[in-house]
Amino acid sequence: MELKKISPYCYEIPKSGSMNVPGRIFMSSRMADGLHQEEALKQVANVATLPGILKAAMAMPDMHWGYGFPIGGVAAFDWDTGVISPGGVGYDINCGVRLAGTGLEEKAVRPVLDRLVQALYQNIPSGVGSTGSVKLSAKEEMKVLREGGRWAVRHGLGEPADVEHTEDGGCMTEADPSVISKRAIERGAKQLGTLGSGNHFLEVGVVDEIFDETAARTFGLFHNQVTVMLHSGSRGLGYQVCDDSLAFMARHVKTLGIQLPDRQLACAMIRSEAGRRYFAAMACAANYAWANRQILLHRARETFQQVLGIGPRDLAMHQVYDICHNIAKREEHTVDGKLRTVCVHRKGATRAFPPGHPAICEAYRQTGQPILIPGDMGTASYVMVGTQTAMDESFGSTCHGAGRVLSRTAAKKQSKGRAIHRELADKGILVKWTGRSTLAEEMPDAYKDIDVVVDAVHGAGLSKKVARLRPMGVIKG
Amino acid sequence: MTITYTLMDHTADLRIRVNGSDPADLFNNAGLALFDLITKPDRLEAREVIEVAVTGDDPADLMVNYLRELLYLWTGNEKLVKLIDIVDISDTAVSARVSTDRYQPERHEILHEIKAVTYHQIDVSRTVEGWQTTVVFDV
Repeated sequence: MELKKISPYCYEIPKSGSMNVPGRIFMSSRMADGLHQEEALKQVANVATLPGILKAAMAMPDMHWGYGFPIGGVAAFDWDTGVISPGGVGYDINCGVRLAGTGLEEKAVRPVLDRLVQALYQNIPSGVGSTGSVKLSAKEEMKVLREGGRWAVRHGLGEPADVEHTEDGGCMTEADPSVISKRAIERGAKQLGTLGSGNHFLEVGVVDEIFDETAARTFGLFHNQVTVMLHSGSRGLGYQVCDDSLAFMARHVKTLGIQLPDRQLACAMIRSEAGRRYFAAMACAANYAWANRQILLHRARETFQQVLGIGPRDLAMHQVYDICHNIAKREEHTVDGKLRTVCVHRKGATRAFPPGHPAICEAYRQTGQPILIPGDMGTASYVMVGTQTAMDESFGSTCHGAGRVLSRTAAKKQSKGRAIHRELADKGILVKWTGRSTLAEEMPDAYKDIDVVVDAVHGAGLSKKVARLRPMGVIKG
Repeated sequence: MTITYTLMDHTADLRIRVNGSDPADLFNNAGLALFDLITKPDRLEAREVIEVAVTGDDPADLMVNYLRELLYLWTGNEKLVKLIDIVDISDTAVSARVSTDRYQPERHEILHEIKAVTYHQIDVSRTVEGWQTTVVFDV
């Protein structure tokens, strides 16, 4: 597929055929040279054909081949004339990342790391089919779907500051549990407070480099500080919501006369009953995910206190932020000089709002929104901050992680005869995992180099580096 | 089971190609392939028979809906599929008798968490030898 360089960090797929807008890929020239992502580029072009799409179908430097939309994809649709697509959000609705800082330095944790990782592994349910420590009645589950992270805090599973430092305050108010299927409700009842499997993780890390001292201080981060990062989502409830919605929209879209290049792009007009129902159901799943990550953080807090034999004041585990990277949002953006209400789809992409934006909690408003970018389990993760450039160029969006480069099968093949956990231990990283093939499929070589991805969004100005975190202990599902 | 599917390359997800002598054989093999990815079928016993009946707009849509329904036996009811008997099949409807085993963590290892059956690049078509489908699962 033809790619035209339009600026040092932006490449364009020119508009052709049934594309309504061009495609735009944010990446460095080094990444463009080694790009083997023909399928992902095709997916960007496919998204560009959807009705009401504004400016361009976009992809971030961690882009890779997904289903329907590419992973790392961003697309905004006019609220009045555009569509909403469950395939533009993905199955794991509000899959996201949460970061907490502690008052501890590495030297306080390193001697007990073994015990800590073991205890976290025991206290945080992970793996396929694991059930949560919180059992929900159907009535209570409705409240979770409406209230999100606030529900957990109301039940003593966190602190008010946790939800304040969460995208949207941990709750999308458009949630309407009456549109959710019985199957989704049933799946949700058992899994609240579980990590999941695959690329989901809990990581004990340490701040090993600070790039922006002022922003780091505002976010409560300091050099050598021990941190906890969580990556999880809406579990089976979210997968079921997406699946139910796609099954419906695959039929519904035919009544709209829209020709889809891929059935996975099934969609509905945002301002239609079908669109409203999906958005309300998606918001429920998003809220479930926030409650889920809130409970996981609470379990991590308890475990740290137990193992280290200290109280909450000494641990001082405070939430830095919580971001979603699979979501559709109603937002205001300036397009061609005019303020428009749009539906931004971020599938494997993160919101990156600039200093002064009213959607950012008061504590960070002057600084900009914190962005949490996990890398692979052997390298590093980053904290970044949102920018005006992101608002102007990418509907306030940036990358979400390193992005896969090897398929799971290829990763397993490459890991044959290697002991991944020992290779990590040699680097001072302890890993505990559940699934037999998880470690091989998730090994560091399966991902792009996080430093290169982060340098590309930093270079493009879509977000700015604040701090780099290095892993010490990892729990995988 | 005899291997009737191949894993194909896909960066993030699992993509399989399944063959069958006729549509019934294809749907049978596709269902068994799904559960071969989830667990080891030789550890399963055929304990409970469940009737599954689904419809679709065309063979590809039918395949997605059928695999969805089978996957829900696992994700919703903790039932793992050992055997499938396709009772009736057309371009737009399929019914099957599915022999299942209840998941026992100490006995059944779960190899992959399949989140969903996607429509992405879904294809059901006739080949020289018989029938073929390509399906992408989200994992």
